[in-house]
Amino acid sequence: MDFTRRETLALGAGAAALTLLPAGAYAATVDELVNEFTGGADVADGGVNLDAPEIAENGNTVPISVSADGATAIMVLAAGNPTPPVATFNFGPLAGSSSASTRIRLAGTQDVIAVAKMADGSFARTSKEVKVTIGGCGG
Amino acid sequence: MISRRDFLQASMAASALLGASGFGNWSRLAAQQALTQDQLLEFDSFGNVSLIHITDIHAQLKPIYFREPEINLGVGPNKGEVPHITGADFRRLYGIEDGSPSHYALTYNDFSALARTYGKMGGMDRVATIVNAIRAERPEALLLDGGDTWHGSYTCYQTQGQDVVNVMNKLRPDAMTFHWEFTLGQERVHEIVDSLPFAALGQNIFDAMWDEPAERFKPYQFFERGGVNIAVIGQAFPYMPIANPGWMFPDYTFGIRDENMQAMVDEVRAQGAELVVCLSHNGFDVDKKMAAQVSGIDVILTGHTHDALPEPVLVGDTILIASGSNGKFVSRVDLDVRDGQMMGFRHKLIPVFSDVIDPDPEVAAAIDAERAPFESALTEVIGQTDSLLYRRGNFNGTWDDLICEALIEQRDAEIAMSPGVRWGPSLIPGQDITREDIWNVTSMTYGRAYRTEMTGEFLKVVMEDVADNLFNPDPYYQQGGDMVRMGGLGYRIDVTAPAGERISEMTFLETGEPIDPARSYVVAGWASVNEGTEGPQIWDVVEEHIRQKGTVKVEPNTSVEVAGV
Repeated sequence: MDFTRRETLALGAGAAALTLLPAGAYAATVDELVNEFTGGADVADGGVNLDAPEIAENGNTVPISVSADGATAIMVLAAGNPTPPVATFNFGPLAGSSSASTRIRLAGTQDVIAVAKMADGSFARTSKEVKVTIGGCGG
Repeated sequence: MISRRDFLQASMAASALLGASGFGNWSRLAAQQALTQDQLLEFDSFGNVSLIHITDIHAQLKPIYFREPEINLGVGPNKGEVPHITGADFRRLYGIEDGSPSHYALTYNDFSALARTYGKMGGMDRVATIVNAIRAERPEALLLDGGDTWHGSYTCYQTQGQDVVNVMNKLRPDAMTFHWEFTLGQERVHEIVDSLPFAALGQNIFDAMWDEPAERFKPYQFFERGGVNIAVIGQAFPYMPIANPGWMFPDYTFGIRDENMQAMVDEVRAQGAELVVCLSHNGFDVDKKMAAQVSGIDVILTGHTHDALPEPVLVGDTILIASGSNGKFVSRVDLDVRDGQMMGFRHKLIPVFSDVIDPDPEVAAAIDAERAPFESALTEVIGQTDSLLYRRGNFNGTWDDLICEALIEQRDAEIAMSPGVRWGPSLIPGQDITREDIWNVTSMTYGRAYRTEMTGEFLKVVMEDVADNLFNPDPYYQQGGDMVRMGGLGYRIDVTAPAGERISEMTFLETGEPIDPARSYVVAGWASVNEGTEGPQIWDVVEEHIRQKGTVKVEPNTSVEVAGV
């Protein structure tokens, strides 16, 4: 838990701002972004790997990695961020593997989504919930 | 042909039967007041491998009282499953007679009376006697320490863990994994780990900069014992930088990393491991889920959540062992490993009744030597208690009620918060409260008692956050502690409600008014994970409070209403 007064207040403000956002407020945006990426094509569940922690150690820098065999591009979205697009990784024919790692900032507990575009033009999608917590008390 | 699973289940049944001369026996004999060391240690050796497991000692080198929880709720798939069964239901499940030593050791009811009958439990000198007896029979038995070892007492704090390290080294463990050890700070952890004559393991201990396995902590270690090639894979507590101050070990990152666990299992199997043991500090429900996700682990020695179970829990072909905390129990697991497969097991949760098991003289002398420089400070009597003082339980305990009262009165606060940790021994009515007793429930490297203001709205945010760490239906999103203890504030909690909606009816107890989301309250607490927290040490606050009271009496806490059970 964070307890210096300044950080407490800052956190309180952040948490308050978050709770003001109605759940699903960005659902349309995420759908739109996926649609834009896929051109409206069907998206299969699975076939793309997304590695992210279940609980972020620090919401300001959350390590994630994505990979999908044979993908030409992988788009990453943070569904609950004020601006959901995180990155789109493009893999050219000379890429050793279709995988990428980065660190992202998460405004709160939310789903991180990865959509892969395969060489044959098909699409695959996966998501993982990452919890951003102000801390607990260990056993 | 009998399948491996059938065989395991048959063994399990046999184990339960044999338990009648093991676990069940000490229970029955004890009812007749005829407990002896030989009976506690009695075990028909089985197979070709013996594992000895001890975990979550929390630096308790001497025997203590430790009351098991009354309320320990499971949610989601774990609702009503062990270890979330307590009291009379627990005794019924395992066939434990009321009033027997196993009743006293494993459940909370009538604790004060039974504590007077059966005495304190634990003590590393008694544990040494048990370990030596097993080794006399099985010289190649592996001794595995599940961590939370170098934390939790006055002497451990003063020596930065050295007292426990010195004593544990005399027991000659073969491997260890970690949690609270890291709150000594990474430099000190490095210093101790580099000196250890055994393996420091954690497949999920990673370098924070590169997100790669940390060099100092190996993922696994091979042991050739009883002609069997055994791989022990370590699993440290996954959420250390969240539950504890990450700034104390900034170079490390953790996480469950079950995919890497699978990779390590596959790696050791490819290298010829015939038996794969996971020495874990995940917590029981997390281990249960991991056992279903990762294939190829034969035994998980669980830790962190302080559960003591008289029988293993089977998940697929993996057996889970829960060995309690604070030195109260030692688990012995004998395994029959043939042709690269675990064919069966026999298990006993050995209760460490300190008045029944003789202390090992060498280890007893080592413990006394570690305590000698601090003896007068440790034994100084600060006050007395008229009430049973305990901590374990999901929502509140009398120790924390007393600590919250001390925070409110000594720090002139309206509301107090005490962390829901699961360590901290108990005191029975009529006992003196010594300085050592106070440190046993407060000692930590970030114990400053802060005083701040929080709005009612933010108090709810904090409580919801901690509640989700305990009651998220997916164990991978839990941290394994108990609910934060609130002083001066009552509330209702629905454990089955979704995150953010569990806490309601927050009441300011001083006035009986509802907590006002917009109002600021003066809040005192301790164990902030923030760097630079200011205030007196919590043990000094509590000591001053008890000194002023002379004799403490803690009334039953009725300020938390629990729903969704």
